[in-house]
Amino acid sequence: MNELVFFINKVVIAGSVIGSIYALGAIGVTLIFGILRFAHFAHGDMMTVGAGLSLVVAVLLAEAGVSTPLPIGFVAMPIAMVLTALLAIGLDRTFYKPLRDAGVRPVVLVMASVGIMLMMQGLVRLLAGSSTRSFFFSERKDIFRIDLPFLEARRSLVITEPQVLLIAFTVVAVVALHFFLTRTRHGKAMRAMSDNADLARITGINTEQVVWMTWIIGGGLAAAGGTLLSLDVTFKPDLSFNIILPIFAAAIVGGIGRPYGAIAGGFLVGFTETLAIFNWSILLRPFDALFPAWLEVPANLAFVPTEYKITIPFFILVAVLVWRPTGLFKGRVL
Amino acid sequence: MNTRLRDTALFAGLLLVALGVYAMMGPAYTLRMVVEATCYAILALGLTIQWGYAGLFNAGIMGFVALGGAMTMLMSFPVNQDFWNSSAPAGLGRVLLIALAGAALVYAASRLHRLGVSRGLRTAVTVIVLAIAYLVFMNALTPVAAEIESTAGFVGGLGLPVGIGWIAGGAVAGLVGYFIGRICLGLRSDYLAIATLGIAEIIKALLKNADWLTRGTLTVSPLPWPVPAPAEIGFVGSRAAYLAVTAVLIVAIYILLQRAYHAPWGRMMRAIRDNETAAESMGKDVNRRRLEIFVLGCILMGIGGAALITFVRIFDPSGFVPLNHTFLVWVMVILGGAGNNLGAIFGALLIYIVWTMSEPATLFAFHLMEQYGRDWFGWQPPADLDSRALQMRVFIIGLTITLVLRYAPRGLMPEPVKHVD
Repeated sequence: MNELVFFINKVVIAGSVIGSIYALGAIGVTLIFGILRFAHFAHGDMMTVGAGLSLVVAVLLAEAGVSTPLPIGFVAMPIAMVLTALLAIGLDRTFYKPLRDAGVRPVVLVMASVGIMLMMQGLVRLLAGSSTRSFFFSERKDIFRIDLPFLEARRSLVITEPQVLLIAFTVVAVVALHFFLTRTRHGKAMRAMSDNADLARITGINTEQVVWMTWIIGGGLAAAGGTLLSLDVTFKPDLSFNIILPIFAAAIVGGIGRPYGAIAGGFLVGFTETLAIFNWSILLRPFDALFPAWLEVPANLAFVPTEYKITIPFFILVAVLVWRPTGLFKGRVL
Repeated sequence: MNTRLRDTALFAGLLLVALGVYAMMGPAYTLRMVVEATCYAILALGLTIQWGYAGLFNAGIMGFVALGGAMTMLMSFPVNQDFWNSSAPAGLGRVLLIALAGAALVYAASRLHRLGVSRGLRTAVTVIVLAIAYLVFMNALTPVAAEIESTAGFVGGLGLPVGIGWIAGGAVAGLVGYFIGRICLGLRSDYLAIATLGIAEIIKALLKNADWLTRGTLTVSPLPWPVPAPAEIGFVGSRAAYLAVTAVLIVAIYILLQRAYHAPWGRMMRAIRDNETAAESMGKDVNRRRLEIFVLGCILMGIGGAALITFVRIFDPSGFVPLNHTFLVWVMVILGGAGNNLGAIFGALLIYIVWTMSEPATLFAFHLMEQYGRDWFGWQPPADLDSRALQMRVFIIGLTITLVLRYAPRGLMPEPVKHVD
C-alpha cells in the first residue's frame, strides 16, 4: 500500500497545510469584506510583512540567546502578530478611514488597497531583497516519519514540525474565533455590523471599535498565516499574487462575511489544488492488471500541470460566481 | 480657471519636460520614450473608458497587453517552415477536432434536462463528461506539443502584415473581456477586480509555459514592424515613422471616443456610473451597457499592447509584470483625470516620462546614499542594492495611487461637468 501512503503524504497532508494557510488569510479577507465592504487586496502582502516581522523578531531572539524547544520563528510569531495588527490599524487610520469618511464609492477603497499593496511590496523587497530566506537559520527542522507496518507499506508518513504546529494553530485559532464571535460583546457587535451596518449603529454599537477589532483579527491572522507558511517552506518576499487569488476564492466560496465559510473555503481551495496537481496514475497503477489490454494507464494523469496551479482558484471562483454568487454558506452578494 | 487654458498650460509643460529629456539624452532615446508613452496612452484610453465612463475596476490590464502582444507575434512573425513541413500541423488539427468534439459532448450533456433527465443528474453527467473530455484533450495535446518543441521549436507566425496582428490582438482581448464581463458584471465591481487580476496571471502563465506556441521563456524576436526597421533607415528615422503610426492611432481613437462621450451613448454610460438605480429605472439595461464598454476598453488595451510589444521587438512572456503593465496605467489614468480622454493621454505621457527617468534617478539617489552611509556610518550595503533600489519605485507608485485618491481624486484634468440651470 505504498501508493496510499504516497497519496496521504501528497494530498491529505499537503492539502491540510495549504488549506490552513488559505483559511487563516481568508478569515481576515471575509471579515474586512463583510464589515468594511471592500476587497482588501493588500492582504497577501500583509501576510508577507507579518512573516518578515516574525523573521526579524526571531533573529533578534536568537541573538539574545533565547533557545526554545519549539522553532524560534513560532515563538516570535505572537509578537509579529501584535505588530502586524498595529500596522493594520495604522494603515486604516492613515489611508482607509479618511476615504471612508469622505464617503467615496467602495471601489475607490479597493484601489487604495491596491496602492497599499504596492507600497508594502516595494518596502519588503527593498528591505529584504528578492531572495528567499529560511526561518531555520540556527536550528534544524524536525521531521517526523511515521511507519505504518500494518498497511504493509515501505514508505512512511512524513510530516514536519512546522506542519504540525500550523494545523494545531489553525484549529486553536478557529475555536477561539468561534467563541469570540458567539460569546463576547465585541464578537456579537462584529457579526451585527457585518449583517447590517446602519442597524448596528442605531442600536448603539460603537462601529469604530468594531473596525478596530476587524483589523486586529485580520492583521493578526494574516501575520500568523504568513509566518507559518514561511516556516513550512521559506520566507519569500514576492508571494503577493500567488496567494491573494486563492484567498479571495476561498472567501467568496465560503460566502462573504462568513468566517466559518472562509475556513471551509480555504480547505476546499487547498484540497482542490492538491488533488488537481496530483498524478492519479500512481493510484491506478496497482490495478493495472484489471484494465483491458487496450486501455493503458497513462504515465501522467494529473488534471493540471503544476505550473498552471494558479488557474485552479480562478476556476473555482468563476464556478461559484456563475452558480452561487452567495457562496456555500449563504453570504452576501455585495 | 478656464479649462482650455489649463489644458494648454499642462501640455506646454509636458513639451518642456520632453525637450529637457531630448537635450540630455539625444533624439533616439527621446523618440523611443515618446513612442512607448504613446502606446501606453492607448492603454490609458482603454482604461479611462472602463473606469472613467463606467466605473469598472480592471486589475488585469497586463493580461490584455500580453494577449495583444501574443496575437501580433503569431500573426506577423515569419512563417516557420520546419513546423509546416513536419507532421505537427496535422496533429494540431486532430487535437482541435478532439477539442471541438469534447465541447459538443459537454454542450449536449448540459442539455440533457430537455430529455427528462433530472437537473442534479444532468449537472453530474456534465461535470464528468467535462473532466473526461479535458483529460483526453490534454493527453492528445502533450505529444503534439512535445513534437513541435523538438522538431520546429515553436509554431511560428503566419507572416501577415503587422496591422492584421494588431487587429487580431484587439479582437482576442475583446473576446476574453467579453467572457469575464459576462460572469462578473452583474456583481459588484470588487469581483471584477479579483477576476481580472486572476485572468491576467493565468494568461501570463499560459503564454510562459506553452513553449510550442510562444517559445515561452526563450522569447521571440525580432518582431516585424509596420514601418521600415531601424536597420534600414536608422534609429531616428524608423522610430519617428513608428511614432507617426501610433500618433495617428491615438488621434483616431481620441476623436471616436470624444464623439462617443458627447453622444447619447456616453451620457447614458455616465448616468449608469453615477446612479445605477436611477438609470435602471429609466429602462437602461445596465449590465449589457457595462459589458459593451468593458469589451470596448479591452479591445483598446489589446491594440495598445500589440503596438507596445511590436515596438519593443521582443515577445517575452516573463516580461509582463503587473506593476509595469497594470498599475502604471492606473496611475496614468487617475492622475490624468478619469473620464477625461485628454487627461488620460496627458497622464500617460507625463507618467511614462517620469517612470523612464525614475530608473537612473533612483539609482543615483541610492548610490549617493550608499556613499554617505559608507563614509559616515560605515554601512555595508547589500550586494544587490541596484535591484532593490528599483523596488523603491513600486513603493512610489503605490504611494502615488493612495495620495491621488485622497487629495486629488479627480486628477490633474478633471472630467468637465456640465451644469444645466
